[in-house]
This record gives sequence, C-alpha cells and structure tokens, in this order.
Amino acid sequence: MITGEDLEKRYGRKRALQGVSFDLPRRGFLLVTGPNGSGKTTLLRLVAGLSAPTRGTLTVDGERVDLGYVGHEPLLYRELTALENLDLFGRLYRVPERRERSGMLLERFGLWDVRADRVSTFSRGMTQRLALCRALLHDPSLLVLDEPFTALDDDGAALLDGELASLAGERTIVLSTHDPARVAPLATHTLALT
Amino acid sequence: MNALALYTADVVALARKDLKLELRARDTLPAMLLFVLSTLAVFHFALPAGTGDDAAFGLLWIAIVFTALLGLARAWAPEREGGALDGLVLAPCDRSAIWLGKTLATLAFLAAAELVALPAFALLFAPVDLVAVAGVALASIGICAVGSLLAAMAAASRGREVILPLLFLPLAIPLVVGGVGAGISPEGATYLSFLGLYDLVFAILAWATFEYVVTE
Repeated sequence: MITGEDLEKRYGRKRALQGVSFDLPRRGFLLVTGPNGSGKTTLLRLVAGLSAPTRGTLTVDGERVDLGYVGHEPLLYRELTALENLDLFGRLYRVPERRERSGMLLERFGLWDVRADRVSTFSRGMTQRLALCRALLHDPSLLVLDEPFTALDDDGAALLDGELASLAGERTIVLSTHDPARVAPLATHTLALT
Repeated sequence: MNALALYTADVVALARKDLKLELRARDTLPAMLLFVLSTLAVFHFALPAGTGDDAAFGLLWIAIVFTALLGLARAWAPEREGGALDGLVLAPCDRSAIWLGKTLATLAFLAAAELVALPAFALLFAPVDLVAVAGVALASIGICAVGSLLAAMAAASRGREVILPLLFLPLAIPLVVGGVGAGISPEGATYLSFLGLYDLVFAILAWATFEYVVTE
C-alpha cells in the first residue's frame, strides 16, 4: 500500500532525509525509529502528503479521506472547545453522525467532562488525547502517528496502547517513537533511521 | 448532498469558525477599528486647510489598505498556532474552500471597520456618495481575495510580517486607483467596472492556486 524508494528531503541546503526505501503492505504496521534529527518527522510528513520528497518516489494508495495524522502539533484550534474542534473536522472529513462519533471518542479518551472547554485551557497530555480523537474521528484506513505517546500520562498511554492493539492488523499504521519496545510486538515492519 | 452544497457548507463552516474565534479572542477587529479611526483622526489634523476632496479620498484609501493589512497579518494566526492548517489540508474537502472561508471572514472584519470608517470620513473630510461606497465594497472584495492568498503564503515563512506587505501592496495599487477613482471621478461607473474585473480575475487566480500555496 505504501512504497518509498530512495527518498530524500532537503530544506534549502539542509538534508533532512536521505536514501530511505521501504515497502509496507495494506494493514501493515511500520515502526520508525531513530535518534533526534534522523528524519522521522520528515518521513511521516511525506507519507501523510503534507510534504513532497525532493528526490525519490513515494506511492500511497487510497484517498486523502482515509488518512489520520498525529504530528508534533495538535492540528487543533486552541480557542475552540474540544467538541467544536471535532465537529468542525468531522464535517470537513465527511464523518457520518459526527456528533455521536465525537462523543464516543471523547468518552473513550477521558475528555467527555471537558468537552465544552477550550483547547487553550488543556494540559499538553489532554491536547494530545484530543489530537488522537481528531485523527481517529473518520475511522481512517491509514494512520500516521508521529511520536503519539508524547505528553501522555500512564492512563493516556495505556489507552493508546489499547487503541493500537485493536487497530493493528485492521488498519495500515506508520508510527514513530523513541520507545520502540512499547509497540514493537504490534509492528510488522521496522525502519531504523540514522 | 451534491458537490456544490457540500462545498458551500464547508465554506460556511470555515468562515463561521473564524468569526467565532474572533468573538472569543478579539485579536483582530478591535485593532482594525482603532487603527482606521486613529489614522483618519491623524490625517484630519495633518491635512492642510483648503485641501480638496481628491487628496482626502487618497488618504481614506491609505487608511483602508493598511487596516486591511492589519487584519490579513492576523488572518492565518489561528491555523499557525496549533498547526490546524495541516488538519484542514489533510481533509478531503476542496482546499479552495479553506481560502474562500478565510476570504469571507476577513471581508466581514474589513466591512465592519469600513462601516465605522466611512461615516468618520464623511464627518471629518468629505461626503461619501453611493458610487464611492460601491467602490469601497468592490475593492474590499479584491483586497480580501488576494490578501488571504498572500497571507497564507507569508504565514508559512519566518519573515511573514515583512513578506506580506511586500507581496500585497503592489497588488493593491490597482484597487486603490479604482477606489479613489470611484470616489472622485465623474466617470465612477468605469472605475467600478474596473474593480469588478479585478475582483473576478484575481479571485479566480487565488481560488485556483491556493492548493499549491498550502502544500510544500
């Protein structure tokens, strides 16, 4: 489903990614590891279609409608409430019965009680939970998760563990993390960047 | 729902979101109102006695263009702060809806500033007739259509405060010419036609190119 061949990404003179190739079948789970600055975020932005490679080819089957993305930024409006954010993105992502789906995700991620609070009042961990809700809102067939455990407390991380366990094998997942042991049992493919 | 209805619903949702954000944060509109009123007040005292209406209309357009620039500089701030633009770009909606929603919201803020500025101008400088008001309305559409696109381009760069005026002001010159012409010329209708043509051409260009502006 996703094929990268000799991918390179440059920002001006700076080379953020070089010579990366991989092949991930549909419903596969690609674990991307590597130290800071190795190009994990750059690679995941390429896979998400938020950036284009300077060289090499990247093929991602499927439509944009089927992609859920969690990045370093929450991709949320800080002055909208949790529910307003999910309602807006639910509309734009064509989610049928988006209010029910939003409510279900907010409950699952422990945010139902703060659904009417603005994101600007959330802690980083709560914001990350809401970013995960946004990414899962349209039940995507491809999930691109850039260090999704960042800022999550033990409960939040356990929730995400459960989500990933239920989605692995059902969805195509590309995930980068500094804690590979946490998700290694779920991964079908591994890509170590240097 | 057919494609046009879906597109319209997306645009309305995006524009309404911007109005809601402004109602809560009050980041943009108060600054625009204060700026346009204080600029007109300063011009009132700076303009020598006996200066004709022609010069006064020129000053009105300086106030309007820089008030618009103030609004445009803030236009994409909510998307920049939380990375929300990436969320919009990833959505399966037509990306031009993002531009159109932003253009409509910016136009609403500029129209609100002009609703205050025009009576103030009439009070301090010269009467404003219907042709001049139509000129302001048409030029404002062009300002917001072009400005929203350029502000999105500038928002992605580090020197956005410098880049936006550098990109926007040259493209605003025809609008100033048309707006001033509609206000002072006996052939106001010709200038209105010119402004309408500018709006049409640049709105289509902005609508068609926005997708390339928001993707790397």
